[in-house]
Amino acid sequence: MNFSEVFKLSSLLCKFSPDGKYLASCVQYRLVVRDVSTLQILQLYTCLDQVQHMEWSADSLFILCAMYKRGLVQVWSLEQPEWHCKIDEGSAGLVASCWSPDGRHILNTTEFHLRVTVWSLCTKSVSYIKYPKACQQGMAFTRDGRYMALAERRDCKDFVSIFVCSDWQLLRHFDTDTQDLAGVEWAPNGCVLAVWDSCLEYKVLLYSLDGRLLSVYSAYEWSLGIKSVAWSPSSQFLAIGSYDGKVRLLNHVTWKMTTEFGHPAAISNPKTVVYREVEKSPPPGLGHLSLPPSRAGARPLTNAAASESKYEVASVPISLQTLKPAADRANPRMGVGMLAFSPDSYFLATRNDNIPNAVWVWDIQKLRLFVVLEQLCPVRSFQWDPQQPRLAICTGGNKVYLWSPAGCVSVQVPGEGDFPVLALCWHSSGDSLALLGKDHFCLCFLETSKDVGAAFGRRDSCT
Amino acid sequence: MGDWMTVTDPGLSAESQNISLYTSETKMSPSSLYSQQVLCSSIPLSKNVHSFFSAFCTEENIEQSISYLDQELTTFGFPSLYEEPKSKEAKKELNIVAVLNCMNELLVLQRKNLLAQENVETQNLKLGSDMDHLQSCYAKLKEQLEASRREIIGLQERDRQLQCKNRNLHQLLKNEKDEVQKLQNIIASRATQYNHDMKRKEREYNKLKERLHQLVMNKKDKKIAMDVLNYVGRADGKRGSWRTGKTEARNEDEMYKILLNDYEYRQKQILMENAELKKVLQQMKKEMISLLSPQKKTPRERADESTGAVISDVEEDGGELSRESMWDLSCETVREQLTNSIRKQWRILKSHVEKLDNQVSKVNLEGFNDEDVISRQDHEQETEKLELEIQQCKEMIKTQQQLLQQQLATACDDDTTSLLRDCYLLEEKERLKEEWSLFKEQKKNFERERRSFTEAAIRLGLERKAFEEERASWLKQQFLNMTTFDHPNSENVKLFSAFSGSSDQDNLPVHSKQRQKKPPSTSNGSPVCTSKMTKSLPASPTLDSCQTRSCVSEHSSVSVLTVTPEEMKPDQVGRECTSQTWSVVSRPGAQPGCSVDAL
Repeated sequence: MNFSEVFKLSSLLCKFSPDGKYLASCVQYRLVVRDVSTLQILQLYTCLDQVQHMEWSADSLFILCAMYKRGLVQVWSLEQPEWHCKIDEGSAGLVASCWSPDGRHILNTTEFHLRVTVWSLCTKSVSYIKYPKACQQGMAFTRDGRYMALAERRDCKDFVSIFVCSDWQLLRHFDTDTQDLAGVEWAPNGCVLAVWDSCLEYKVLLYSLDGRLLSVYSAYEWSLGIKSVAWSPSSQFLAIGSYDGKVRLLNHVTWKMTTEFGHPAAISNPKTVVYREVEKSPPPGLGHLSLPPSRAGARPLTNAAASESKYEVASVPISLQTLKPAADRANPRMGVGMLAFSPDSYFLATRNDNIPNAVWVWDIQKLRLFVVLEQLCPVRSFQWDPQQPRLAICTGGNKVYLWSPAGCVSVQVPGEGDFPVLALCWHSSGDSLALLGKDHFCLCFLETSKDVGAAFGRRDSCT
Repeated sequence: MGDWMTVTDPGLSAESQNISLYTSETKMSPSSLYSQQVLCSSIPLSKNVHSFFSAFCTEENIEQSISYLDQELTTFGFPSLYEEPKSKEAKKELNIVAVLNCMNELLVLQRKNLLAQENVETQNLKLGSDMDHLQSCYAKLKEQLEASRREIIGLQERDRQLQCKNRNLHQLLKNEKDEVQKLQNIIASRATQYNHDMKRKEREYNKLKERLHQLVMNKKDKKIAMDVLNYVGRADGKRGSWRTGKTEARNEDEMYKILLNDYEYRQKQILMENAELKKVLQQMKKEMISLLSPQKKTPRERADESTGAVISDVEEDGGELSRESMWDLSCETVREQLTNSIRKQWRILKSHVEKLDNQVSKVNLEGFNDEDVISRQDHEQETEKLELEIQQCKEMIKTQQQLLQQQLATACDDDTTSLLRDCYLLEEKERLKEEWSLFKEQKKNFERERRSFTEAAIRLGLERKAFEEERASWLKQQFLNMTTFDHPNSENVKLFSAFSGSSDQDNLPVHSKQRQKKPPSTSNGSPVCTSKMTKSLPASPTLDSCQTRSCVSEHSSVSVLTVTPEEMKPDQVGRECTSQTWSVVSRPGAQPGCSVDAL
C-alpha cells in the first residue's frame, strides 16, 4: 500500500472522473485536474468564487463547479480548456446543481425550491420544472440515464414526475400516498422506483416505471420510521434502515420483507467475527530501530489519534459501545443511518447511529451478520470498492481501514502532522483511494487485486 | 410395757416411749394434743378448759381425763376403756387392754395419717410444681397470644396501609389513564391543528412561492442567463429533436419496451428457476419410485388395499409421465398430475417411514428385553474400563503437575538457574521428564516392595512362633505317641486344627510356613521381579498372591491327602480366604499394568 504526497483541498471537493483517468479537486476558487497515474496537473481553472460543489459529467468531458452563494455555475471542458460556460440563476438563487446523465444538461434547483432549471449545453433551450419538493432526496436518475424521477409538492400533496432525460418530456405524473415524501430512488434496473415517507411514518411505496403502484410496505406505526434506503446492485433487494435500529430487506418478487437485521449492542452469535480496533503501544526498542530515525523523531507520538492501531478478533460474547440518544431532540442519533451494498450484492455494510463506532457487514447470501468492525472513533463514512467486496472506512483519524472477507487492516496515513481522514472515495478501478481531509487530500494506492490477499496479511504504513 | 412395745413394733418404740413417758408422767405434748383436740373435738369441754392451758392430765384429774378420753374414744367408735360394769353400783374399772389397744390403734391411725399427710404434702408439692409449670406455661402462652395479637394488629395495620396505598395507586392509575386519554386527545387535536396549520402555511408558502416565481420570472432578469462560448454537440452525436406528439408516443413506447424487457428478463429467470425446480421434483419422484418399488410387495402383502391402489395408480402415472415428456408442457396441465402423484407418493413414503419407525421402536423394545443382561454387562464393563482410564489419566495429570511444580520450584529461585534451564534443550527436558517419571515409578515400586518385605518379616516372626508351638506340640505328640500308637488319625486332626484354625490370621502362618520351607525360591524371585519392575510392572503384590495361592494349593493338597471329615471346614475357609486375597490383589495388579500402558 502506497500513499501519494499530500495536496491541498477545500470543502472536501475531490473527485475521480467517471472514466478513471482524471482527478479533479478544488482549492478555494481554483479547480485542479490531475492525471490519476502521474498526479501531474493537467488543467487549472479559475472560478469566480469559492467552489461549493463540483461534479464530473458522465462522459468525463466537463466539470461543473457551483458557487451557491453567488447563484453561479461554471462549467469547464477538459478537451477545450478555453471553452467556458457560466450559468447565472440571478435573483432566484441556487441551492443545488447537478449534471443530467447525458452530460449535456445541468439541473439547477433555485432557492426556496421554486423550480428546477434545466440548462442545455447543446441548445439554447432552458426548461423549467415547477414545484420541486424540498426533501432529502427529491431527484433520482435511472442507472441508464434515461429517466429522472422528481418529487413534487403541490396543494399539500406529494407527487412524483418521471421525465425522459433525452428531451425532458414528462412521461408520468402521479400522486403518492405519503404524508411527507422524503426521498425517491430508482432500482438499478431502472424499472422500479422506491418512494419513502419522512421519518414520522414508516412507509415505502414501490412504483413501476409506468406509475403503477407495485407495493406498499410499512413495518410499524407510531414511531420514527425510515432513516436510510439502499437498493442492492442486482435490484433484488431493497434495504431499509430505520430508527428502530433494524435493516429490513424487501425482495423484488413479492415486495415483502425477506429478513430483518437487528443491530444489538451485544453480539453473542459465535459465527460472527468481531474485529476490534485497539491502540498499539509503540514497541520499545525494536520498533524504533526499524523506523528511520528522522521520521520517528518527527512523528508526534503524544497524539492519541496519531498512535498506531491494529485489529484484534474479539471473543464473541461482546457488547459494543453505545450512545444514549437524546430523546427530546429532533433527529436523534439512533437507527440505521448508513447503508451500502457491496458491488457484487453479496454484502451489506451498515452503521447504527447509536453504536457509532461499529460497522456491521451482513452476508446477503446467508442473510446473517458476518462481521462487526468496532473502531476506536465514530465511523464517519465508508465506501465499497467498486470492483470487489472491499470496504474502506474512515473515522476522522489519520488512519484508513480496509475490510475484505479475508480480513481487515488498519493503515496509518503517513506524513508530517495530523491528517484526519474525513471522507474517502474510490477510483473506479478499485486500485486507488482518495483520502480527503479538511485541507488536504492524498491518494492511497492499493496493490493490484492479485496480491491483495498477501497485503492483508501484513501491515504496511510506509510510503 | 415399754419393752413389750419395742418387741412388738420397733418402729413405734420412740413414740410409744414418748407415750409411755406421757402416761407415766401424765404429761402430754401440748401442742400435738391440743391440735388434735382442736381438730377432733368440735365441742369444747368446759371441764377440761383449764387443762387445755396447763396439761391435760394431772394427778388430780386422772379419773376425769380417763372418762373424758373414754367418752371421746367411744364417740370415735373405739371400744370403751372401762370394763363392762358387772353391776350398776360397781365402780367402772379401767381396762388396760382396751386402753392399750386403743392406743395402738390410735398410733396406727396416726401413722397412717402421717403417711397420708406426707403423701398429700408430696402431692401438694407436685401439684404446686405442676401449678407453677402450668402457670408459667399459661404466662408464656399469654405472652404468645399477646405477641400474635400484636402481630395481627400490625399486619392488619399494614394491610390497611397497603389497601390504602392500593386505592391511592388505583386512583393514580385512573388519573394517569385520564391524563393519557386527555393527552392523547390533546395530541390528536394538536396533530389535526398542526396538519391544518401546516396546510395553511404551505398554501401561504405556495402562494408566496408563486408570487416570487412570477416576480423572478416576469422581471426580465438579465442575470438569468447562460453564457456559453459555443454550444457543444450532444453526447450521442445526434441533433436534438423537436418535441411533438410523435416523440411522446416514442417515449411511451420506449418505456414500455424497457418494462417489457425487464419483465421478460424476470420471466426468463423464473422459467429457469422453475425448470430447475421441476428437475429436482422429477428426480425426487424418480428416486421415490425407485425407493418404494422394492418395498411395494410388503405393503401389498399386508393387504393394505388403499396403499396398494395408490401405488398402482402411481405406477401408471409414472409410466405416463416417463412415456410422455410432459415436463416441457406448460405447468398448468402437468401441475395437478404431478403434485397429486408426488403427494400420493409422499404419503406412502411417510406411512412407510412411520411403519419403519414403529418397527424400529418395537424391535428396540424387544431387543432391550432380550439383551438386557448382556448390554448391561457390556455397559458395566465399559464403564469400568472408562473409570480405570479416568483414574489413570488423573494420576498421570497429578504426576505431571507434581513434576511441573518441582521444576518450577527448582527453577524459580535464581536467574542463573533459569538461564541454565533455558540452556536445556527441549528434547533433553523431555527425556529428563521421562526418566524422572520412570524413577518415580521405580521408587514407588521399591516402596511397595519394602512394605511387602516388612509384612513378610512380620509374618515370618509369627510363623516362627507358630512353628515353635507346633514343634512343641509335635514333640509332645511324639512323646505321647511313643507311649501310645493308637490314634494316628485323631492326632493328625488335632495337629491340623492347632495351626490352621478357622480365621485368616491363622491361615497366614501356614502360608508363610510354606514360604519358609523354600526360601531360595522367594529370594530368587524378588530380584527378578524388581528388575522387571524397573522396566514395566510393579508386580510384587501379584507375586505375593501367587505365592499365597501356591501355598494354599499345597495346603489344600495336603489336606486332601489327609482325608478327614473335619478337615473340610478349614479347607473351605482357606479357599475362601485365598479367593479373597486374589480378588483384592488382582485389582492393584491390573492398575499399574494399565498405567504403564498409558505412560
